Amino acid sequence: MGDVLVRVPISEQDPKVRATNFEEVCLGYTEEEAVEEAGRCLNCKKPMCVGGCPVSINIPAFIEQVKERNFEKAYEIISESSALPAVCGRVCPQESQCEGKCIRGIKGEAVAIGKLERFVADWARENGIKPKNTSTPNGHKVAVIGSGPSGLTAAGDLAKLGYDVTVFEALHEMGGVLVYGIPEFRLPKDKVVKAEVENVKALGVKFEKNVIIGRSITIDELMEKEGYEAVFIGSGAGLPMFMHIPGEQANGVFSANEYLTRNNLMKAFKEGYDTPIARGKKVVVVGGGNVAMDAARTALRLGAEVHVVYRRSEAELPARAEEVHHAKEEGVIFDLLQNPVEILVNEEGSVRGCKVIKMELGEPDASGRRRPVEIPGSEYEIECDTVIMSLGTSPNPLISSTTSGLDTNKKGCLIATEQGATTKDAVFAGGDAVTGAATVILAMGAGKTAAAAIDEYFKSKN
Amino acid sequence: MYPIVKKEKLSDKIFLMVVKAPRVADGCLPGQFIIVKIDEEGERIPLTICDYDRAEGTITIVFQIVGASTERMALLNEGDAFADFVGPLGQPSELCLEEDLEETKKKSIVFIAGGVGTAPVYPQVKWLKEHGVKTTVIIGARSKDILFYEDEMREVADELYLATDDGSYGFHGNGCQQLQALVDAGKKYDHCVAIGPMIMMKFVCLLTKELGIPTVVSMNPIMVDGTGMCGACRLVVGDEVKFACVDGPEFDGHLVDFDQAMARAKQYKTEEGRALLKQQEGDTHHGGCGHCGGDK
Ligand SMILES: Cc1cc2nc3c(=O)[nH]c(=O)nc-3n(C[C@H](O)[C@H](O)[C@H](O)COP(=O)(O)OP(=O)(O)OC[C@H]3O[C@@H](n4cnc5c(N)ncnc54)[C@H](O)[C@@H]3O)c2cc1C
Ligand SMILES: Cc1cc2nc3c(=O)[nH]c(=O)nc-3n(C[C@H](O)[C@H](O)[C@H](O)COP(=O)(O)OP(=O)(O)OC[C@H]3O[C@@H](n4cnc5c(N)ncnc54)[C@H](O)[C@@H]3O)c2cc1C
Ligand code: SF4
Ligand code: SF4
Ligand code: FES
Repeated sequence: MGDVLVRVPISEQDPKVRATNFEEVCLGYTEEEAVEEAGRCLNCKKPMCVGGCPVSINIPAFIEQVKERNFEKAYEIISESSALPAVCGRVCPQESQCEGKCIRGIKGEAVAIGKLERFVADWARENGIKPKNTSTPNGHKVAVIGSGPSGLTAAGDLAKLGYDVTVFEALHEMGGVLVYGIPEFRLPKDKVVKAEVENVKALGVKFEKNVIIGRSITIDELMEKEGYEAVFIGSGAGLPMFMHIPGEQANGVFSANEYLTRNNLMKAFKEGYDTPIARGKKVVVVGGGNVAMDAARTALRLGAEVHVVYRRSEAELPARAEEVHHAKEEGVIFDLLQNPVEILVNEEGSVRGCKVIKMELGEPDASGRRRPVEIPGSEYEIECDTVIMSLGTSPNPLISSTTSGLDTNKKGCLIATEQGATTKDAVFAGGDAVTGAATVILAMGAGKTAAAAIDEYFKSKN
Repeated sequence: MYPIVKKEKLSDKIFLMVVKAPRVADGCLPGQFIIVKIDEEGERIPLTICDYDRAEGTITIVFQIVGASTERMALLNEGDAFADFVGPLGQPSELCLEEDLEETKKKSIVFIAGGVGTAPVYPQVKWLKEHGVKTTVIIGARSKDILFYEDEMREVADELYLATDDGSYGFHGNGCQQLQALVDAGKKYDHCVAIGPMIMMKFVCLLTKELGIPTVVSMNPIMVDGTGMCGACRLVVGDEVKFACVDGPEFDGHLVDFDQAMARAKQYKTEEGRALLKQQEGDTHHGGCGHCGGDK
């Protein structure tokens, strides 16, 4: 037995090796390791960790079952609150959620809740355990728009309540950001994402890909012509932002979404796939969130020297701590407290560099983080052939602009109550489409809440 | 899967396919496009909707072989099926909106189609004909053997002019020169729609600006998702950055920055494995004839 203050270490691919492949970085706990790590949980009477989890997974209860090697029981406990544990265990920002509150974290290292959750979900998948649907069909048709975490969760929960659910997805694969955004090395597509989608299918949910709501068919038509009595919108926040600086239209400037979509959804990195990707030699990634880390580590794996240019300091990096740590180990260079002011373009219209200005931190702004201020005269040039803009995204106006009575706020986010009710009768929404870009678990939580609200809505109608 | 119910070779490198896609056929309008993906490994290829049959649930596409994916598409036959076929995407042509019909009827409209651009022009002209609007259509092509859709177009256009660069058929010259000739002969137009290779649209716009004819063009930048999610299709129109897939594909041609758009379209030209493309280097790869004369 090791030191109880320290986590059971988890095996990872060696940084040098993994920097050249797209296999998963973290290999996960073995049974023995999981049981040992579970042994560090104090099974607190008032578990702080649960309060840190947006969907309130009964953490001590499932960890207790891991300790006892009742992995199936542990999976059942997690499944009561979460539809995508194999995903959340991998991508939740645990350090600021469940693990950030864990009592063990005061003196030593928090219990590795995320890693244990992942272990349980992986174990269940490998042992062919699927969530069950014991409900009887109630004949009510509900449409779910978008197959990201919010849509999948809402669809699964509604199916479990007996609804006849169809998910409509614009792209040719199900999963939303989980397939087009988050890379393979963090979240394996076939092994994890497809399996989670299959679980939702196993509950009786139907999926229709290649349907763009607002173009192929509108929400009003779904309700009037196809008999859907309620709709959940989980269409995410996919519209990328740019900086609006000179040179941004040059060849070699990409949104992180384009770069990641080419690589993840279209599998540009794999032999035999037709979609190309620019394999830069020297890449500048602008931004400091999870998306920036994913773009940087993808470019690195495609063979580039990669610089992350972020306008605040390391402490303010919004990405998950684990991703920053992994990126550094792999050789991503962080140019902090700097911001691009211009993209330099050669005669052919391609990127040849990036002019950046140095920043210092001033007074805290509305977000509570210290505001970066430019240092006059500190501009200098970074030579590069590719610039990836990772500045955030906002909801796509396609649905709001084609649906009568569906209101948005200034930022283009759908207006919805805590329960997910929009300004249009029988239409609910949740996830990034309502909050703007956030996290997988918050999107899932919103899908869950909305599913319950939709059920309430039907009950109150009858 | 989306079965191919008909395939026709229109010229050496241009093919027509009718594809079963009921959801697309149900809601589409002229000016919109689809994205097709051959199979798991395929690219997402944007193509304009060239005709539709709501009763049959089919969409007609016309494409020209310019690179690996269109080459691969041309190998498919009747009875085969596409893995993915999504649409309609983009905004419908503003001429083809019921609510503005009265305004449209007052206009004297000329269409200029370059090469494979004839395909997207056709549904607009057809729609206008069905709604009692008169149109003039100019089809420009490098030579007679790559000219297609002549009979179909003749049925729906009130006046049809054919122009070939080499003089092998119709007017000897390009689309621009034909338009100039018509204007010189006293014809008056107050609205122009130009669809074809970017270089051709650029030169049409230079001319119509001089002639004072408002001009709409249909842009075909490189796309990935076609839903507004990636920004690959961004263009500068006036002072604004627009996403062609959701804001377009049609824009005010006098405001489009064509030079930038053309530079962006070359983005993947140097990518590995684009052997077929290399052969064509120097030609344009916008799915058009590339020899409309604008580049000469
Ligand atoms: C690169 C990247 C890395 C990230 N890393 C993390 C992380 O490590 N941890 C974390 O918690 N969060 C992370 N996030 C954020 C997280 O992925 C999102 O907050 C979450 O996916 C939002 O879920 P959603 O269901 O609201 O929408 P999305 O996942 O965006 O799914 C929306 C779906 O709706 C579809 N859609 C949109 N419009 C239409 C329409 N009109 N018709 C039909 N379908 C439509 C889209 O194609 C998409 O599939 C990351 C995001 C990105 C982009
Ligand atoms: C809205 C829209 C409508 C279109 N409609 C039609 C149509 O009706 N018929 C038709 O034949 N073509 C059309 N195109 C163009 C067509 O999508 C491209 O010719 C096709 O994607 C090329 O694929 P490829 O793999 O064969 O060639 P690639 O090898 O991918 O491309 C050859 C070269 O052409 C350039 N290229 C790639 N994609 C495009 C593009 N979309 N536009 C311009 N250049 C590109 C690149 O520089 C590339 O290296 C349309 C494009 C758009 C965006
Ligand atoms: S879902 Fe996320 S926040 Fe909740 S316990 Fe799991 S890892 Fe922690
Ligand atoms: S707070 Fe930490 S120690 Fe306490 S129950 Fe939660 S995980 Fe276990
Ligand atoms: S093609 Fe991706 S935003 Fe237009």
